[in-house]
Amino acid sequence: MNRLLEVENLGVNFKTYGGEVKAVRNVSFHVDKGEIVAIVGESGSGKSVTVQTVMGLIPKPPAIINSGKVLFEGKDLMTLSKKQLKKVNGSKMSMVFQDPMTSLNPTMKIGHQIAEVLIVHKNLSKAEARKKAIEMIKLVGIPNAEERYDQYPHEFSGGMRQRAMISIALACSPELLIADEPTTALDVTIQAQVLELMKDLKTKINTAIILITHDLGVVAETAERVIVMYAGMIMETSSVDAIFNNPKHPYTWGLLESIPDITTSSEKQRLIPIEGTPPDLFSPPIGCPFAPRCKYAMEICVNQMPPDFEIDEGHTAKCWLNDPRSLGAEEILELRGRGREREASTN
Amino acid sequence: MKEKLLRIENLKKYFAVGKGQIVKSVDNISFDIYRGETFGLVGESGSGKSTLGLTVAGLHTKTDGDIFYNDENLSKMNRKKKVIVNREMQIVFQDPHGSLNPRMVVGDIIAEGIDAHKLYSGKKRQERIYELLEKVGLRPEHAKRFPHEFSGGQRQRIGIARALAVNPKFIVADEPISALDVSIQAQVINLLEDLKESEGLTYLFIAHDLGMVKHISDRIGVMYLGNMMELASSDDLFAEPLHPYTQALLSAIPVADPSNSRKERIVLQGDPPSPINPPSGCRFRTRCPFAMDICSKAVPKWKEVQPDHFVACHLYTKEEVGEV
Repeated sequence: MNRLLEVENLGVNFKTYGGEVKAVRNVSFHVDKGEIVAIVGESGSGKSVTVQTVMGLIPKPPAIINSGKVLFEGKDLMTLSKKQLKKVNGSKMSMVFQDPMTSLNPTMKIGHQIAEVLIVHKNLSKAEARKKAIEMIKLVGIPNAEERYDQYPHEFSGGMRQRAMISIALACSPELLIADEPTTALDVTIQAQVLELMKDLKTKINTAIILITHDLGVVAETAERVIVMYAGMIMETSSVDAIFNNPKHPYTWGLLESIPDITTSSEKQRLIPIEGTPPDLFSPPIGCPFAPRCKYAMEICVNQMPPDFEIDEGHTAKCWLNDPRSLGAEEILELRGRGREREASTN
Repeated sequence: MKEKLLRIENLKKYFAVGKGQIVKSVDNISFDIYRGETFGLVGESGSGKSTLGLTVAGLHTKTDGDIFYNDENLSKMNRKKKVIVNREMQIVFQDPHGSLNPRMVVGDIIAEGIDAHKLYSGKKRQERIYELLEKVGLRPEHAKRFPHEFSGGQRQRIGIARALAVNPKFIVADEPISALDVSIQAQVINLLEDLKESEGLTYLFIAHDLGMVKHISDRIGVMYLGNMMELASSDDLFAEPLHPYTQALLSAIPVADPSNSRKERIVLQGDPPSPINPPSGCRFRTRCPFAMDICSKAVPKWKEVQPDHFVACHLYTKEEVGEV
């Protein structure tokens, strides 16, 4: 497979009155052609800032990109001029936002918003753009496409608006689609429709997708690879199977345990929450950012940032437990690593 | 036999939305809530689950129907009794940011109910505030701070402390966790479960996160466009959902297990219709994969199909209608 996107050592800070917020620190990852990569994390973990930086959408100031490269098809996007970047954005790389109401223009017909992309990027005539836009509306499963073309966003329901957003993003058949919490604002039955649609489009036009979400269920059902972020850093990255069946980072364990298991019935199990709250990113801890909330924190965790330990090919975890020198860690990893073994945490 | 704390009979709540149109947010719903249980209420946005919860708690004036609390009709109570019932029913709201007055310190927010019902004053009031803060996992010194100094999870704890302040018996929790992060959600759910034990509470738990509702509830009611579609114990509902809507709803939940080999997902076509002009007969028929002729003609009856498992669907009343 060939690399589509490569992010290296990305660091983004925000200047505020209270000081500099270190929103993204040392983030490196890649996306291959045609794969679905999920980025999971809680609010403030830096997942949205990361992808907005990739898209060049982050406002500077207040943001300061203090390190890193974003290579898209081998070109460094950071060095491109605004004009050059505009050519990439929207045609080769596009984005779907969380809130479909505020990301559509309420004074423009839906159809025109889709056609606009085609006119700008593909130099189509108005009539051609209209035809293609109607095709796109059909593609994302909105019935009565011709009629819908001339309607305004307020005439669409939430799920329909999100479909319209997706059709705008896909109008130029981009290589990469970035979806920032595309289903968070939607009801479950509508979420199921949108996720089916995205998977379907991936197979139809072979678009790579970066899916940002906080819902591990969505991850398990759609993604192929997962990146777990916490406090602006990547904690663990691996294939979907490994994240659920062989996770190696205590934060990942915590995430998996704090959601109720709906497949098992009867006997009420107690949820195991992650105690405490995420660290203050004005002055993040010098050691592992998760150490203050981690049940297995050792002395070294507080004093020194763990490196990315390679567990397997394509599976890394930023946790000292994976260092061969840490005593007793093997047992913990063995017990906890099997994924959702709740009994492990009760003893 | 379990004791009924609340009995809701043919409850209706309509809203006028102008131009002579009305939205039937809660349309003819009857169910019981037993003492000491957690009753979960699920449904998509616009299904009327919050309206139902708030109407039961008395924050909306009902259009029609009866609510019995300890076998006494709420609308036929004298004022004195009503005040006591109001104290015994409390609410925890969805938005931990919007539901706390930003100009009041946390101690006063918590004590609002105490003051209104004149339960304690002076030193006793102060002690009660500290006790409540500790009960919900906060510290006494937090009483002097303002809401903006707290995180979302902590604010939700403050909201819970406020509800507990007046020794309630019944709490309506209206989407108490949907504004919180996953790892914080579990903290709040555990807190609610602990308090239920220690304070002897009964919950009406409203949420759209079906996994959490299953986890916390003893019984679950499923709502769609103002109607109750199905009601069963949470295990029964998840093991054997009877109503086609419940089946679709449950199959739409993404499961956090990539090797999960469950049944094919039922993806519903289309969106929920407008509640201003709902479909005739069964309200789900426009999206139902099993819709029959009868569904557009008659509203399905609320029927106990299995012991303690109620459903409103023509599929289960065929014999009576004379259709096979």
